[in-house]
Amino acid sequence: MTIDLHAEFGSAAGRPALPKERSHKRLRSRRFWPFLVPALIVLTAITVVPWAFTLWMSVREFTVGGTNEFVGLANYARLLVDARFSEAIWHTLFYTFLSVLLPLIFGTLAALVLHREFPLRGLVRGIFVLPMMATPVAIALVWTMMFHPQLGVLNYLLSLVGIEPQGWVFHPATVIPSLILVETWQWTPLVALIVLGGLAVIPREPYESAEIDGAGAWMKFRYITWPMILPFLMIAVIIRMIDALKSFDIIYAITQGGPGTASETINIYLYSVAFSYYNIGYGSAIAVVFFVLVVAISLAMLVLRQKLHWNEMAGAP
Amino acid sequence: MSISRRRFMQGSVAGAAGLLTGAVPAFSANVDWRRYAGTKLEANLIKSPRGELLQKYAKEFFDLTGIEVASEVIPEQQQRQKAVIELGSGKPNFDIVHLSYHVQKRQFDKAGWLADISGFMKDPTLTDASLTESDFSKVGLDYAKNQAGELRSLPWSVDYFIVYWNKELFAKKGLSFPTSFDELASHAEALTDAKAGIYGIVGRGLKNANVALYGHLLLGYDVEALDKSGRLTTDTPEGIAAATYYQRLLTKSAPPGVAGFNWAECQSAFVQGRAAMWIDGVGFAPPLEDPEKSRVVGKVGYSVMPKGPKAQGSATYGDGIGIAATSKNKEAAYLYCQWAVSKLMGARLLQTGGGVPFRNSILNDAEVRKGVKMPGDWVDAVSGSGKVGRPGLPVIIPVAEFRDIIGIALTNTLSGADPAAEMKKATEQFKPILEKSEKA
Repeated sequence: MTIDLHAEFGSAAGRPALPKERSHKRLRSRRFWPFLVPALIVLTAITVVPWAFTLWMSVREFTVGGTNEFVGLANYARLLVDARFSEAIWHTLFYTFLSVLLPLIFGTLAALVLHREFPLRGLVRGIFVLPMMATPVAIALVWTMMFHPQLGVLNYLLSLVGIEPQGWVFHPATVIPSLILVETWQWTPLVALIVLGGLAVIPREPYESAEIDGAGAWMKFRYITWPMILPFLMIAVIIRMIDALKSFDIIYAITQGGPGTASETINIYLYSVAFSYYNIGYGSAIAVVFFVLVVAISLAMLVLRQKLHWNEMAGAP
Repeated sequence: MSISRRRFMQGSVAGAAGLLTGAVPAFSANVDWRRYAGTKLEANLIKSPRGELLQKYAKEFFDLTGIEVASEVIPEQQQRQKAVIELGSGKPNFDIVHLSYHVQKRQFDKAGWLADISGFMKDPTLTDASLTESDFSKVGLDYAKNQAGELRSLPWSVDYFIVYWNKELFAKKGLSFPTSFDELASHAEALTDAKAGIYGIVGRGLKNANVALYGHLLLGYDVEALDKSGRLTTDTPEGIAAATYYQRLLTKSAPPGVAGFNWAECQSAFVQGRAAMWIDGVGFAPPLEDPEKSRVVGKVGYSVMPKGPKAQGSATYGDGIGIAATSKNKEAAYLYCQWAVSKLMGARLLQTGGGVPFRNSILNDAEVRKGVKMPGDWVDAVSGSGKVGRPGLPVIIPVAEFRDIIGIALTNTLSGADPAAEMKKATEQFKPILEKSEKA
């Protein structure tokens, strides 16, 4: 038989709460409201209202300067047969996957190097993080010039080692990998900084014990460093994933989704539909589906995080 | 401080004389220019030589009228979006708007966003006697009027597609300027020397932008993208032939990566002397003759597009300036629009190579022509293209979708796709969008 202690004896004090105490608690909880309400109002105004409005627009045939009528789920039905949208989903996932993976690999390697003691380490670290601080559109313009098939420096460099000139962002087959190259160049420092933070908090003792036990460099990395930095990598993955999924400025400024639709991600397509075709209703339906996709991926990441117990591995509470 | 009309006229003439070689009176004394002195206006302009010219000489307008104009100049794509969204809201923050006819005309007409200025044009106290409808080129007037024949804007600047060609590269191969489509393609192929990094031709391959070039080629087959009954011609034998020709030009004799080229990349290749020909708008000419930006100064030929298999044509695109229907200062705004397309401002536009006015009285003025800084070939190409000019894009609301869908098909042909299959597929894809838009 189980006994409900709270029912039997009241609250934490081990006795039933007196009426005076209960009313005091209620009063105290009411006192919180004036502090909560402004935040709730702002939150509602900037997230809930636009979101509800987007949902409302997504079930309407709504064009700027044109029609505005209820069409039910017609916009969503159209998405199912819209080949350009399906292609954009694939481009988004491909772009996101590599834009997370590559900075993760290079950022971790860079952090391991930058964590070591060497002369002018501070200066090197400072230079290393510069790409992250640059304005995306400025970066895009510089890279566009570098990618130019005839006048760009990249093909010139390739020619020095006898490699044929490439089409880079000007060819459908190489455009997404080229954009990922820019993304990787810009965001590897962010991952490196996060991992450096992780490396900085690893105590010296486990390494000393491992050395006494005869562990080599790889064993120390595999069994000490890697598990300890894993929670930090998880944070880097989540930040990068969110950033890569919503990436717009670099792609738009360099290719505008081209050549053809070869680099058109959901964001770029959504922008075209809403602000070039002025079809706000259909654009809203794309936004809703995109939102669902982002939530689904985020939930998958959370589930993965829970299943792998990455926090516990690092000894975090 | 008020200025007497006589004093103002003297000032205007003196000011204009520095620019216009002949002493052409700038503004008629019949118009009461200062009737709306003290009014404040907002103007929404495109970042371009046109918009920047108005900003540069804004003080002259203020001195002339006493009307204060706050203008914002925004990059083209963003300006178009801002203008549409603000006008669509019913409460635009501007009185005057700069519009791209080839993209926005039908949308603006159908939504009724611009004020009818037909009455203002007939009012001699508001309109300079030299500003008449007959002074505008036909294509300009067609752009400015709606289906009911009401004048909804003033035609401002026209852009014709011409052929820029590198005379030095032509001379090296012993070639002269082509006289037909076939010759243009074969010349381009002959001029291509990939090992030396020289290509016969360069043109827009980037989706959306490339439809401006395709629309230009289509005219050589004597069709426009939309026929007189409103049917698409992009999947007709002529439409497919134009796409096949486009594919031939940009795959056999254009630089690699041309599928991603907009006008800026084309211009870069041409000014570096890497392309023997470039087909694009006349407005891109000034940097070619600027020693700081170009390696082909003095070597550039400017010509009207050669005759196609069925006709000779030049795709014509244009800008206009109009007044928001909701503006409370329409008459004052009209004075500003009139000043923008005036002979003085038009001459400045032409002489700096920043654009070509729609007004024949400016183009045909020998004194104005004398002041043009661009080579004589350029003026001839402009004038010759005007004679064979036709709209390069269909005047429909979903023009951006048209450009994207057809543009994607064209870009696909550059990767080897069959032009007939691509154009048929794209046309089928666009048909329901067009039908829906026309029904709405």
